Amino acid sequence: MSWGYISGILILTGINLMTVLGLSLLTGFTGLFSFGHAGFMAIGAYTAAMLTLKLKIFPESLAQVQFFMVLIAGGLVAMLFSLIIGKLTLNLKGDYFCIATLGFGEAIRLILDNVQFFGGARGLSSIPTQGTTTLTNVLIINMIATSVLVLIIRSRHGRNMVAIREEELAAQTIGINVFKYKLISFAISAFYAGIAGGLMAHYFGYIQPVMFKMVKSTEMTIIVIFGGLGSVSGSVVGTILLTFLPELLRSFANWRLVLYGVAVIIIMISRPQGLMGGKEFSIKGITKVLKKGPKGEVKS
Amino acid sequence: MSYFLQQVVNGLSLGSVYALMSVGYSLVYSIMNFSNFAHGGVIMIGAYVGYFCLTLLNVPFFIAFILSAIGSGLLAVSIEKVVYRPLRKRNAPFLYFIISAMGASIFLENIVIASPIGPTFRSYPAVFSTEPIMLGSVALGRIDVLMLLIAGLSLVGLMYIIEKTKIGLSIRATSYSIRGSTLMGVNVDKVIFIIFMLGGLLAGLAGMLFGMKYVVYPQIGNITTKSFIAAVFGGLGSLPGAIIGSVLLGIIEAMTSGYLSSQYRDLIAFVLLIGVLIFKPTGLMGKVTEDKA
Repeated sequence: MSWGYISGILILTGINLMTVLGLSLLTGFTGLFSFGHAGFMAIGAYTAAMLTLKLKIFPESLAQVQFFMVLIAGGLVAMLFSLIIGKLTLNLKGDYFCIATLGFGEAIRLILDNVQFFGGARGLSSIPTQGTTTLTNVLIINMIATSVLVLIIRSRHGRNMVAIREEELAAQTIGINVFKYKLISFAISAFYAGIAGGLMAHYFGYIQPVMFKMVKSTEMTIIVIFGGLGSVSGSVVGTILLTFLPELLRSFANWRLVLYGVAVIIIMISRPQGLMGGKEFSIKGITKVLKKGPKGEVKS
Repeated sequence: MSYFLQQVVNGLSLGSVYALMSVGYSLVYSIMNFSNFAHGGVIMIGAYVGYFCLTLLNVPFFIAFILSAIGSGLLAVSIEKVVYRPLRKRNAPFLYFIISAMGASIFLENIVIASPIGPTFRSYPAVFSTEPIMLGSVALGRIDVLMLLIAGLSLVGLMYIIEKTKIGLSIRATSYSIRGSTLMGVNVDKVIFIIFMLGGLLAGLAGMLFGMKYVVYPQIGNITTKSFIAAVFGGLGSLPGAIIGSVLLGIIEAMTSGYLSSQYRDLIAFVLLIGVLIFKPTGLMGKVTEDKA
């Protein structure tokens, strides 16, 4: 394994992590399920790619600045869409909201597939990859994203979201604007997914509607659940494991998705709280485990 | 005019096969309140069973139909036993059901790809001549007529079971209230076994019909997204709703590909889905559930 290969996987991990972090807020902390985040990734990816390809206001020397601006623009457009969709469908109960996001994601993909302006089924290509989605940039973005997410979750707003997840009716009774917080959570997760899309476009150098199928959304949601609902560190660990594992199993090519399916079912049946199960990694927790031995209760 | 009529017939036959699949969704949703995304895998296996019955075993055509229905039915029941029952015993939230269903669907699709069957597209041996039946100036494809016939008959059979038999009564009772029907002595495990069996049997027929009309391949189960849209359109949890929704969706699709372009067919289906969810989430005739929150 060469460094190029490993850094490639690391970049992919970073890209996945962006979407997963957003979904972690939405699913793990607010209790909403989305099967349409591939749609937001697509919006972010296409916005970023179009801007990079068509707009050339920044000189060569400021290429980095332009890259970050373009990413944020992608995130913002995705957020805008999420606000519209959220406004219309967040009133729906659990399953129906899920289905609405599924429909949204697929509709976005099919629109991109059919509109020639966006390149149709062939998508957009020759997006500059040099100096854009580099490992350093991805790491910086991931760090910022994780810190912001943790700050949100620890704030009053984050606690309101957790309250909604735990008991929506009770949350409403104590005066939390349930709809508003659901919308905020949805919008933030879409923003993250949009940025992930932009990163993806500049990593591969091309984007096609096929890359944003429903399977992509499911994959991301599965990572969140695998890592543990309501745990940011769980999401990080889950992303790293579930991005690396398929790569390591590449020689089994065909069988790895079979195993993947079985693993998902086994997790759901035997350890539904996921890897971390609502707990976070912390120095305190680790020392506690070390003191008490591996079976000690971690409360952090 | 005859072109229009022809599209109507195409739509009807397509819609009736959608209906075979969407009643499976609706039955499960009406009792267990979750969307069974593993249904696509069940349909795919049905299509393969039918294909191998015809090519390897050389069984008569109608026996192949029965065998593929039974194959799918058994598969659906075993998915319920292995995947959903443990979750059901734990009273897990619906999210876990959906995710497990996704897992099962990923598993089924890829086990076929990984097995010697492989990802190749296979076409059914020609059972009928491709020459259409002429009805006045309207040309009807033989397979389309067969789809309409088999789907229609099985749906009538299903409605009979649901509306007129004792088993149907217990299914209807359970869909109103699991707890209430348990208290009245209904064996809920048995009811759930039966709905998965019924859904699976119909899915097997649908799989084989689709395989004959198009080709068989591991991703053929994705077609269930359509039947799922149809079920939402008609109202999740309602059987007549699922059937009407499917037929309407079939006709809308046939009209779109007949008059606009077949490229927009899927797009229109999904836009319809979002539209229905925004304006009338319960669909045309969905059961009104009182949610606490």
